[in-house]
Amino acid sequence: MITTTHWVLLGALVAGAVWTVLTARLLRSAVGLAITSAILAILMFQLASPLAAVFELSVCAGLISAIFVSTISMTHRVTAEDLAIRLKERLHWFWLLPLILLAAGAALISVHFVLDIRPPAPPAENDVRIVLWKIRHLDLLGQIAILLAGAFGVVALFKEWKDE
Amino acid sequence: MLSLLLLLPLLIVMILNLPLGRFRSLGFWVALVLSLVQAYTVLFAPAALSGNHDVLGRLFSLGLATDNLSRVLLLSISIVTFASLLVGRQTIREEKQRINFANLVLIAMTGMNGTVLLTDLFSLYVFLEVSAVASFILIAMKRDLNALEGAFKYIVLSAVATILMLSSLAVLLLISGSTSFAAVGSAIKAEGRSPLVVFAVAMFLCGLFIKGGLVPFHGWLPGAYSAAPPAVSILLAGIITKVSGIYALIRLATSVLGPSNSINALLMIVGTISILVGALAALGQTDLKRMLAYSSISQVGYIILGLGCGTDLGIAGAIFHLFNHSIFKSLLFVNSAAIEEQLGTTDMSQMGGLGSRMPVTNVTSLIAFLSTAGLPPLSGFWSKLMIVVALWQSSHGGYAVLAVLASVLTLAYLLTMQRRVFFGILTDRWANVQEAGFGITLPATVLALITVGVGVAFPLMFNSFLLPVASFLK
Amino acid sequence: MSSELAQFFWVFSIAIALVMIAGFYCLLLTYNLIRALIGLELLTKGMTLFIILAGYVTGHTGLAQAMAITLIVIEVVLMVVAVGVVLGIFRHNRSIDARLIRNIKG
Repeated sequence: MITTTHWVLLGALVAGAVWTVLTARLLRSAVGLAITSAILAILMFQLASPLAAVFELSVCAGLISAIFVSTISMTHRVTAEDLAIRLKERLHWFWLLPLILLAAGAALISVHFVLDIRPPAPPAENDVRIVLWKIRHLDLLGQIAILLAGAFGVVALFKEWKDE
Repeated sequence: MLSLLLLLPLLIVMILNLPLGRFRSLGFWVALVLSLVQAYTVLFAPAALSGNHDVLGRLFSLGLATDNLSRVLLLSISIVTFASLLVGRQTIREEKQRINFANLVLIAMTGMNGTVLLTDLFSLYVFLEVSAVASFILIAMKRDLNALEGAFKYIVLSAVATILMLSSLAVLLLISGSTSFAAVGSAIKAEGRSPLVVFAVAMFLCGLFIKGGLVPFHGWLPGAYSAAPPAVSILLAGIITKVSGIYALIRLATSVLGPSNSINALLMIVGTISILVGALAALGQTDLKRMLAYSSISQVGYIILGLGCGTDLGIAGAIFHLFNHSIFKSLLFVNSAAIEEQLGTTDMSQMGGLGSRMPVTNVTSLIAFLSTAGLPPLSGFWSKLMIVVALWQSSHGGYAVLAVLASVLTLAYLLTMQRRVFFGILTDRWANVQEAGFGITLPATVLALITVGVGVAFPLMFNSFLLPVASFLK
Repeated sequence: MSSELAQFFWVFSIAIALVMIAGFYCLLLTYNLIRALIGLELLTKGMTLFIILAGYVTGHTGLAQAMAITLIVIEVVLMVVAVGVVLGIFRHNRSIDARLIRNIKG
């Protein structure tokens, strides 16, 4: 059931995450996140969840990356010296991550995993549009509330700073 | 009519912000009226909150439900929101910020009302996030460095909490195919001790411990409470963390997980550690709001201890203490708002003798602290007594003794606070300090009256109201 | 549940666990506030995939997708607010280095 495509995509996902964490330049890290997110979207397609995949691709890989990149460009000016120092600091700490991941991966693979549960009854309704729009009204209401809160957040946090 | 508790605040926010001219400045008054209406409905027209079969109930499938526990919470939400709004009116000077404040409080109210009424674990996550995002913005609104740092720490820890909760939700989806309380509860019962289920439950509990600021997950709480604007501290300490951490824990333990010895043992240990660490840390603080924040951690520990006791009396005591705590902790933060407003500082080492200059703040603070420390006949005494008796009856004598000893610590740090701030000789620096304005003394008086009133009326309420709270949950 | 399905679930879970470890590592070790947010994002990515996976394995893809979409909407708002806070800290400190945050006390 698990195909080569799955293996490749999962490998790419982990590699993307590791690169996001390890790369010294913040901008590259944000790009790494976008790539990880895009791979995740493809995986979601593979897992029969196309609508969520579209959301992941447009909102996370697109919008959130745009937010990160513009923030980084607003806050960050790196010189070559900075970068050299930072690279050293990162080597100091970050060589550990691949080791940890290897150890964790090996440990998890060696576990003989049994899914000892009875599968739940099949759902009464499995179309995401109907689940989202007809059944889970409360979540939609919550989304509206949180979007409104976000709008006030933008007003309160991003408006002009007078004292500068 | 139940859905109106969620829909009304949201609708008001939307209508107020339509570009129709001068509506926006009405936000504060509308929010104030709404909080009073909510309190009135819960107290005097509970029938309106029982059913969900009206037009709105048919139109939206929200799956809301009430019981006595959610009614108690609805009442505390309305009272604390009322106090916070009045204080915000007094302390936030800039018109635009005040409008933002009123709107965000309304959104937070939607989030909290939703949290106490819903019956679905995933919706629980959604509504916890609604009130959390509203409170991040409320804390950071002032945009001074401390507030922004407090908000950032809160954002990161709260995000970690939600990730723990979501991982648990995914596992629960795996075993139950649903996220409603009932389906998840029966699936957990059926699967019993499968390691996956234990993992899921542990993750969810850890997430809620972070949200509720229990030791050892309390790192964000003192910074967020003390750096927030005064009105926001009241809302945050009084109700938001209580609803999103503690109410959710009580609901999870009673409605989803059911009685379990290992979970009860965990709750009692976390509760006791919170009581002790919070009280000891509070002793060492010189900043008033920081001290109150640690005191909050300690008091929340009592609630969790009562919940972990697992008996009817223990759970009833926990819920009663939750209500009392939200009232007297809000009162203490209202008092700290008065001091911050009039003195411009919350550093207790610079204060002294303010009692003669600020009589209302002095007396109400005295009432709140005696109630927190558990002195009869104030409300805090009865709820702590219920918890201690419940512990004793369920043969957890050791915990009972620790709870009583920690009360002495509570008395010690609050007495230190009262002495440093209000008693003693008035320094020249504060010789001309005035009592805070009506917007602060009014909520302080109301909250103090509730504290005294609930304490005096306790014998009347015990059999008719408090015990049914516990029986309602079965 | 069949052992084949269990194996499918386990392989995906291992990858998710590795992504989340990387995200958590990033969150714990970095001094850069934006990088901390990127770490949080990685954690959320892992979570989204986990929910979709649970839905796929049990055949409840409708519910799982509805959850994932709601999660993504909330994630975006949260990130906008967080970035707003980081920009505010930057305006004060002229830096987004967490070592400049003074009140790290508990």
